[in-house]
Amino acid sequence: MNSPSLRLYTFAAPSRFYQLSGWLVPWFWAATILLTAAGLYIGFFVAPTDATQGDSYRIIFLHVPAAWMSMVLYVVMAFWAGIGWAFNARLSSMVARAIAPTGAMFTFLALWSGAFWGKPTWGAWWVWDARLTSELILLFLYLGYIALVNAIDDVRRADQAGALLALVGSVNVPIIYFSVKWWNTLHQGATVSMTAAPKMASTMLTAMLIMSFAFWAYAFAVVFTRTRAIVIEREAHAGWVAELTRGRMQA
Amino acid sequence: MNWGSAAAFFEMGGYGLYVWGSYGVAVLLMAVEPVLVRRRHQRALRDAARMNPGSETQS
Amino acid sequence: MRDLFLAVLLRDLKLASRRRIDSLLPVVFFIVALSLFPLGVGPEPQMLRDIAPGIVWVCALLASMLSVGSLFAGDLADGSLEQLLLAPQPAIAVAAAKSVAHWLLTGLPLIVATPLVGLLFGMSMPALLALVAGLLLGTPILSLLGALGAALTLGLRSGGMLLILIVLPLTTPALIFGAGAVSNVEAGLPAGGHFSLLGALLLATALGAPVATAAALRISTE
Repeated sequence: MNSPSLRLYTFAAPSRFYQLSGWLVPWFWAATILLTAAGLYIGFFVAPTDATQGDSYRIIFLHVPAAWMSMVLYVVMAFWAGIGWAFNARLSSMVARAIAPTGAMFTFLALWSGAFWGKPTWGAWWVWDARLTSELILLFLYLGYIALVNAIDDVRRADQAGALLALVGSVNVPIIYFSVKWWNTLHQGATVSMTAAPKMASTMLTAMLIMSFAFWAYAFAVVFTRTRAIVIEREAHAGWVAELTRGRMQA
Repeated sequence: MNWGSAAAFFEMGGYGLYVWGSYGVAVLLMAVEPVLVRRRHQRALRDAARMNPGSETQS
Repeated sequence: MRDLFLAVLLRDLKLASRRRIDSLLPVVFFIVALSLFPLGVGPEPQMLRDIAPGIVWVCALLASMLSVGSLFAGDLADGSLEQLLLAPQPAIAVAAAKSVAHWLLTGLPLIVATPLVGLLFGMSMPALLALVAGLLLGTPILSLLGALGAALTLGLRSGGMLLILIVLPLTTPALIFGAGAVSNVEAGLPAGGHFSLLGALLLATALGAPVATAAALRISTE
């Protein structure tokens, strides 16, 4: 039958995803480049110098989007891993695995840029306050997930074990978010909230938000490409893959 | 415009090391990652081609 | 379910009683590892008193993680794990029993050894009491989370290191609150909040971890 729900499910088939993502990825790259250019232009050439921090604050256009991505990607990864486990949906598990390295990269970037921002601002490359520590733990959670799924040879067991670990670890994500409220900390409080007026100049906020979208586009591009690689790796014996690689020269 | 000259831009009000140290690493990571992923994809396609006999160019 | 729980628990305790030396290894490791710190950082008394709560917690963590790796290994090897999972009662009983057994065999001895450690590090009585209380609440958390890690990494080559890598991040809240409680007591500040949070963590872990561990056992043995 051609009911809408059935059509939605057909994209859950690895072959259809491969087709669709192949078409989408270049657009994601285009979006990444355009948004990055716009965000950095506003951030460096429009937004004014900060009264207290001078020009070192401009790291924020990198640091905050990276930190947001690190947390969001973990939740998304846990979600798709969970779906893959609950519904035995292979593609969902593949997407989860594809997200992990990019999530870890953003986490590292948040920590690195945070350290380079902290040194001129607080005088120290690193402090063990709640938010920084939680972000470091998030990196370990990513690495643990990657290590676990790679250590298990049986693909199905690896997917399921990874899903369980990711879901258990996802309780850490709210702790990072609320840690600023719960502990006395050196890290500044939230400057962006849904209800209160933002405490920073609007140009700075704009640049930061544009960069967040840029990182989102980047994440889609990279994660989808990695998923495509994983799909080929796992479905190598499928008919449609044979069809796809027919005529391809042997290396 | 915020910057009087290119030199001022690179200096970032004295914070050049920190700003460019951050953005430099970001550019590096976000350039290397897609390259590695693309290589993985190409490798997967090659391996799949090898595994699937029937391709006309196979000897 | 209670019968299966008790059966597994008593069996593990009985097996441990037959290999007493093996059962004492975590405690010995605990004390040896702790003794390395003065050798490494110097014997200055005030500094040792300052770092004592933190390093006691870390060594307790490591001792737990090292001994929990073999929690299911023996049963896996001789086939009894499969039999246990075939039982009509939920696997949660097995997971919970194993966690309790681990705590009785590793966590509790660590707590008993802690006063000795307190002496070695010149801790004050209130600080020592806070440490013991924290460990009383915290070591069960370590056993519960360790069991989950052991179930996930069951039978894997890289098991030991991998287990530590995946479980340690999950245990850091307990570490922070447990060591923080002692620091607060030493500074004359109230530690009630820390203990409440530790208690809440224990409750949440006790409710959630056996469920996750049971699921992990099924994943690892299917």
